[in-house]
Amino acid sequence: MHSTFANRPHYIRWATGKAPALAALLLLLASTAGAASDTRVAEGKSLATERSKGNCLACHMIEDGELPGNLGPPLLAMKVRFPSRSTLKEQICNATIRNRDSRMPPFCQHGILTEDEVELIIDYLYTL
Amino acid sequence: MAAFLAALSLPCTAFAGPEEDRLAFVSFFQSRFPDILFDEFANGIYAIDADSRAQWLEIEEFPPYEFAIEHGQSLWQKPFSNGSAYADCFKQPLAEVRAAYPAFDAGRAEVVTLEVAINDCRVANDETPFAYDASELIDLTAYLGYTARGKKIDVQIPADEPGALAAYEYGKRFYYSKRGQLNFACADCHVTSVGMRVRADRLSASLGHPTHFPVYRSKLGGMISLQQRFFGCVRDVRARPFELQSTEYRNLEFFLAYMSNGLTINGPGARK
Ligand code: HEC
Ligand code: HEC
Repeated sequence: MHSTFANRPHYIRWATGKAPALAALLLLLASTAGAASDTRVAEGKSLATERSKGNCLACHMIEDGELPGNLGPPLLAMKVRFPSRSTLKEQICNATIRNRDSRMPPFCQHGILTEDEVELIIDYLYTL
Repeated sequence: MAAFLAALSLPCTAFAGPEEDRLAFVSFFQSRFPDILFDEFANGIYAIDADSRAQWLEIEEFPPYEFAIEHGQSLWQKPFSNGSAYADCFKQPLAEVRAAYPAFDAGRAEVVTLEVAINDCRVANDETPFAYDASELIDLTAYLGYTARGKKIDVQIPADEPGALAAYEYGKRFYYSKRGQLNFACADCHVTSVGMRVRADRLSASLGHPTHFPVYRSKLGGMISLQQRFFGCVRDVRARPFELQSTEYRNLEFFLAYMSNGLTINGPGARK
């Protein structure tokens, strides 16, 4: 939610001086906190699946994903196991921080995914 | 296990020579797969994966590499225009040619592979060398692999030859170094993750990789050399591949073949 907000500063600019509108916006954001939009989840899912992008299935079992590999642990119950969004982001962006010898590609570090793409993937992972 | 990984991931230490490395390497795979006999590792993934093994045994009944062996044989027997032939360069009995490579050539101070030796022979006889992906060259090695079936891999690192040890160490470092956008070492897949699945592919053990090359790959519909496989795996981790028969790949082949010492040569092979 924070990053969504930070990524869209024009909302704030637009809302400046329009107190009722701002209040409405904050209410809206509060009510959707934690539940990413369906489109974000769908985008995240395809980024996680595409071979030229995340290709997470190459190594991880993910619900109904086809031909999963098993180099890494299954990705399930993500919210329970990764309550901290930033820890999860770090694992995806640069797995070598937690495990120097990790066999998971450092996706942001090596420019395979952008941080924005990782945020979308996390929205999807949190539905698992 | 931890000690083993530490020993292999460190560059040359005073105590761990190639033979200590090899013994640790073999015992890693043997303890990982206690039911698989040492010599079985020459069969790559089919040593490990029972499902694909059955299919492979069926393919072996009508081997897709047969044509390559025959073609290689006729090339081997055809004299050069100056009247001499390959057998004049390779003095050992035919069945022993393949097992003599890769070898460290002290005079040239570099590793010579079978492919390089064949090209050297051609040049010495005023013939043009083959490109390293030429089917003629690969078929010649298929024939030499076939005639060597049953012989053992026996790579030598002479104690009085520091260049050979350096080439070995280079190859070893290459094998354990992370590379490419995907940040993978060869060993990440073929040692640490052996037997696991990347998508639908199960990963074979490094131990035994050089025994059966060249291989017919059904996916490609043709024969490839060991170094073409290196090339493919390096490209797949999105690293810049080296040239076939570059110093890097020759040293890598030297290391990998040394690790397989004692295994039986069973080339050519058939793979997916
Ligand atoms: C080529 C292999 C590979 C790919 C591709 C890969 N991972 Fe991983 N992943 C691993 C391995 C191995 C681990 C085990 C921990 C480690 O070594 O970092 C892991 C661990 C994880 C973990 C921690 C799981 C836990 O239970 O501790 C998460 C979360 C994760 N990966 C997410 C992803 C996502 C999301 C993608 C795709 C964008 C992805 N991975 C792609 C290999 C991979
Ligand atoms: C991301 C995983 C991965 C990495 C890293 C990797 N490989 Fe492979 N390699 C494979 C897969 C998958 C196959 C095909 C299945 C098999 O036989 O293991 C393969 C096959 C091979 C084979 C053929 C095995 C046979 O019996 O025919 C050789 C040789 C090989 N790799 C060498 C290397 C070398 C050398 C490196 C490092 C430069 C390397 N690989 C890095 C995944 C990988």
